[in-house]
Amino acid sequence: MASLPSIQLDEQSGTPPGAHQLLRDGDRIRISGDLRMHDAAGLLRALRKETNHASGPVTFDLSNVQAADGGVVALLIEVRAELATRGVSAEISGANERVETIVKLYSGHEGVTEHQKRKPERAVAQIGRATFEAIEEAKALLDFLGSMVLAGLALVRKPRVGHWKDVGPLCEKTGANAVPIVLLINFLVGFVMAFQSAKQLKLFGANIYVADLVGISLTREIAPLMTAIIVCGRSGAAFAAEIGSMKVNEEIDALRTLGISPFGWLVVPRVVALILVVPILTLIADFVGITGGLLVGVLNLDLSPRGYLIETLTAVHGWDVVTGLLKGFVFSIAIALIACQQGFAAVGGAEGVGRRTTSSVVTSLFALVVIDALFTVIFRVLNL
Amino acid sequence: MMNIPVLKAAVPPACSKTTRSISMPRGSRADTAKAMIEVKSLTIGWGDTIVQRDLNFAVTRGEVFGILGGSGTGKTTLLRFLIGLESPTKGEIDVAGRGPPNLEAGLPPFGVMFQAGALFGSFTVGENVSLPLEEWTDLPSDAIATIARAKLKLVGLDGAADKFPAELSGGMKKRAAIARALALDPELVFLDEPSAGLDPVMAAGLDELILTLSKTLGLTVVLVTHDLASIFRIANRIIMLDRETQTSIATGDPRELRNSADPRVYDFFNRKSRED
Repeated sequence: MASLPSIQLDEQSGTPPGAHQLLRDGDRIRISGDLRMHDAAGLLRALRKETNHASGPVTFDLSNVQAADGGVVALLIEVRAELATRGVSAEISGANERVETIVKLYSGHEGVTEHQKRKPERAVAQIGRATFEAIEEAKALLDFLGSMVLAGLALVRKPRVGHWKDVGPLCEKTGANAVPIVLLINFLVGFVMAFQSAKQLKLFGANIYVADLVGISLTREIAPLMTAIIVCGRSGAAFAAEIGSMKVNEEIDALRTLGISPFGWLVVPRVVALILVVPILTLIADFVGITGGLLVGVLNLDLSPRGYLIETLTAVHGWDVVTGLLKGFVFSIAIALIACQQGFAAVGGAEGVGRRTTSSVVTSLFALVVIDALFTVIFRVLNL
Repeated sequence: MMNIPVLKAAVPPACSKTTRSISMPRGSRADTAKAMIEVKSLTIGWGDTIVQRDLNFAVTRGEVFGILGGSGTGKTTLLRFLIGLESPTKGEIDVAGRGPPNLEAGLPPFGVMFQAGALFGSFTVGENVSLPLEEWTDLPSDAIATIARAKLKLVGLDGAADKFPAELSGGMKKRAAIARALALDPELVFLDEPSAGLDPVMAAGLDELILTLSKTLGLTVVLVTHDLASIFRIANRIIMLDRETQTSIATGDPRELRNSADPRVYDFFNRKSRED
């Protein structure tokens, strides 16, 4: 098709030159001019108008049509089919050889496609589908965990299966490169926490207990959780996206045909890297968070740095730090396994990878909060 | 036939670090009587959808065997079953006398080139070819690099070893993938549409390469293809899949099938469009 010309309106008729014209002559509708896409809408309206009340047979006479675009011909054929469904026979006649060829090329499909617009799903149906999908997802996750346990046992018997060389670079990517953001966020969290509690504690003249509050809640709760959330957003998403694109590129299949276990090659180094890295990041988070609290204590509460640190040391026991690290350990396994599972579940193309990446982060965050709550309850009940 | 059990015993099931100096697990080249691949009443499909049913064919050692059929007939699906990426619910597959391929049990006795290459994107082309050598041989790294370069030269990619797959054209990716499939000198390779997307000269070059390898090394080649020129040039025998009947409609020498009485087969081999 030629590029759409700029339409110059004819002064007398107000129609562009060379545009179609419809002439009704009894049951014969004479169409003349070129049938071009740029005035297809007008032609369709005119055709429908002319044939609206037709009851007897109709002939579309194309003998004055020099050229036609395929899309316009398709519309003409559609009008013919509409007439046919009303029991009105219509035919296209007189087309020149070129137009006739186009008519033939576009015929034969009319009336076949019922315009079935997809009905929007009802709320109940949506909830039902989402529930079933969630159940399927949970099953898939459990399935994956099960096969991971089996594969892990196999790994213990045959450590060679693991792609250990990858652990170093992965530690750098997931650990060392995450240090700045871990520092910043946990410093601010410690700072904000101290700031918020300072106001309340001041009322009781209990300024010094800011150190206790910040120290304990950071080491036991906030620092491990914040760190895990950062790792989940940075590395979990990256794992899911990497493995997902490998999956859709058939690279996972290629690995398998080389006799290499995708589990050992991809999952093992990622789980190991996070297990090594997350507790260390959590420790860093503990220190920098307490520093944030210290800053508030010194600037806002007139505490001496020394006094603040001594108070922190008496309040925070080694065990508090260890529970945080334990949480970090479990968090790291959850993040790595969920990310890998989502990656392996990717299908389709870029869109599938994107969906799995999102879902990996959402599922991980959910898992992190649930695990954290479980830990806290268990530690509380056991008085640990 | 006789030495199959011995062979099985000689192949370490999963090749631990100490015993993995062997290259490819393989049958004896002299053992020509036994088919390389034997498929009996195989049904392939996904879940409840059946793609093809009741497939029966055998691939003889050293031959070039083509899997043909129109688009969407399940050629690639069949390939996935043959290489063990999917396991059949019905029917039998025997590859190299070792039963159905089990990818969990170490190195399979074949190399595979996937349709789009499936090169590892984070590795250079050279590293892609080296990977199976590193995994399954005890060669020093310079020897591995030498072999990888030689394999790349074989497919006309000398000089591309340090490039990443993203820097290669589609055709170069395919050839690199063939080099990777040949890295361990398997006696059987599966090629999924090797010549699709190549220019005619390059496609012809690839045909010659496959013929040479098959003739000189006795390599058995199973390929999925649409390329008629390539089929007539290199395929000894073919199986043709059909979508409507969901089974094979022809097996045999493509040059003879060109005169087939079956219009579906005739049209395919004579490049006729079908009005149905």
